[in-house]
Amino acid sequence: MAHLKLTNIKKSYGSVKVLHDINLDIRSGEFVVFVGPSGCGKSTLLRVIAGLEDITGGTFQIDGQVVNALTPKARGVAMVFQSYALYPHMTVYDNMAFGLRLDKGSSSSEVDRRVREAAAILQIEPYLDRLPKALSGGQRQRVAIGRAITRDPKVFLFDEPLSNLDAALRVATRIEIARLHERMADTTMIYVTHDQVEAMTLADRIVVLNSGHVEQVGSPMELYNDPDNLFVARFIGSPSMNILPARIEAAGAETAVVPEGGRRIVVPVPTPSGSSSSAAHLGVRPESLELVDEGQGLFTGRVTLVESLGEVTLVYIDIGRGDEPLVAKLPGEVRLARDSTVSLSVDVSALRLFDGSGRALRGDRAREPELMRNAG
Amino acid sequence: MPTVIKQTGFYLLVAFIVLFSVFPFYYAILTSLKSGTALFQVDYLPTHFDFGNYADLFATGVFPKNILNSVIVATVVVVISLFLAVTAAYALSRITFRGRTLLLLTILGVSMFPQIAVLAGLFEMIRAAGLYNTLFSLMFAYMIFTLPFTVWVLTTFMRDLPVEIEEAAIVDGAAPLTIVLKVFLPLMWPALVTTGLLAFIAAWNEFLFALTFVSNNETRTVPVAIALLSGASEQEIPWGTIMAASVIVTVPLIVLVLIFQRKIISGLTAGGVKG
Repeated sequence: MAHLKLTNIKKSYGSVKVLHDINLDIRSGEFVVFVGPSGCGKSTLLRVIAGLEDITGGTFQIDGQVVNALTPKARGVAMVFQSYALYPHMTVYDNMAFGLRLDKGSSSSEVDRRVREAAAILQIEPYLDRLPKALSGGQRQRVAIGRAITRDPKVFLFDEPLSNLDAALRVATRIEIARLHERMADTTMIYVTHDQVEAMTLADRIVVLNSGHVEQVGSPMELYNDPDNLFVARFIGSPSMNILPARIEAAGAETAVVPEGGRRIVVPVPTPSGSSSSAAHLGVRPESLELVDEGQGLFTGRVTLVESLGEVTLVYIDIGRGDEPLVAKLPGEVRLARDSTVSLSVDVSALRLFDGSGRALRGDRAREPELMRNAG
Repeated sequence: MPTVIKQTGFYLLVAFIVLFSVFPFYYAILTSLKSGTALFQVDYLPTHFDFGNYADLFATGVFPKNILNSVIVATVVVVISLFLAVTAAYALSRITFRGRTLLLLTILGVSMFPQIAVLAGLFEMIRAAGLYNTLFSLMFAYMIFTLPFTVWVLTTFMRDLPVEIEEAAIVDGAAPLTIVLKVFLPLMWPALVTTGLLAFIAAWNEFLFALTFVSNNETRTVPVAIALLSGASEQEIPWGTIMAASVIVTVPLIVLVLIFQRKIISGLTAGGVKG
């Protein structure tokens, strides 16, 4: 049981501000993923939570207790590092027992029981007597996870744990971490990654960070379906959402917009009446575009590139916006000749509208139902 | 150029280097096995096997004591300098504090003074502390040149140890001393062995301080004892005994290097972090 509450957390190195007023409320047993581009402060935030970095300002509470000045151990956190960070001179068993043995209170039989229990969960029992250098990358990462499990932490932190593994192992370990979360239902888990597949599949809630600010917090589907701003809209989803500069023609209960390179369309999003002829952005997910008869759709343009991935085909279409083609993700294999002209249409409910400053225009539109949120 | 010539040239060069570095020691061994007038014949191959010189050395009584003194001084110097250097290296490599670079440069600067420059001042300090004519004076004085390089080498080495390993230990709840002793020390064997050996050799061979701070035959260390070995008369320099003594004091160093050479290997951190 650990409820984490971050209030106005700031972190700076000298005059360089890395985190600006981070406010987060992480429920007990929740799996929260921090995502963001390199240098957005996600790892720093994790290290602040771990207690490896001092907090410059604000308060951090675990279960109501202010823990700003407590050591990682006193906070009850355990951490899995990107580079595994195993003790090279100790066997797997000793690596996992190291933290426990530092506790004067725990007897050696208790240590032994917990190490073997963790080893059984992670299926690393056959390697208990080996040194880390005799293990493969995936096995080392399991040991690192095992070392964290034995401590029975209140808060489990992962710092990009899969980024050193190859693709197949990454998927396998990801599934294992998801299982681990189910097994340790009371343990709050925080996971840092730049891989949005990991974020979408593992998270109860995702925290999107950008240059030290929280851009949006929400369930994976909330972020995908209803991004708060252009940054989140572009960051979540692959290939990322097509963002087209647009002009609002008629505001009201529904909004008529003209996107650059496209035709006028009425979007079921209310806008304040004063916003007619103001600048906006129209967001279209590549996967919501579909081919229609020529001249019928919202966009018409010339195919510049076709990428066939088997299950989907990515089509890049020049709609007269220079270097920024419109990307469409069409199901299955689609045969299109380069330089041929295609028309694309979209269900208006899949369109997202952002104002000139990049904030989502929603009006009273009800949020999409939270399909993915676990009962946490 | 044909490979044969290249290879021959290579091995000739190796042979020359080996000959150049080993010959003085080889000649010392040859001389130590001679006695009487044979000492003054130049031989390049062993012709005499007379261990009389060695027997003489141990018969006089003081020389074994001198060896013991050297062992004590060198060992204590190595142990204390390694302990101080490891703890200092942790602070200098892992803790950011004001004046860290200045401190490191000062440590390095101290080691640049020639021994003769600090001799007078050091002598006063040792007299004032009442250490004159004791082994403690030498232990204290030798730290002056062993500490700078042990601190420097270990600081550099510790700086290269992955930070994540230390952080993992912090998260595991280890205090700084536990981290140093249980995590860093085992990883630092190669550096410890290398610097320890160098410190030992430096302390073992030191002459100037040993000559100045100790005036008593019983308390001398071997380099001074060898230099002050005297023959039957004023005019005679006992080359045979001097060479025998030199061989005896070199053997422990060679044995130490042979024992620890297995430890002087790199790659001990392999497997801890990715790489």
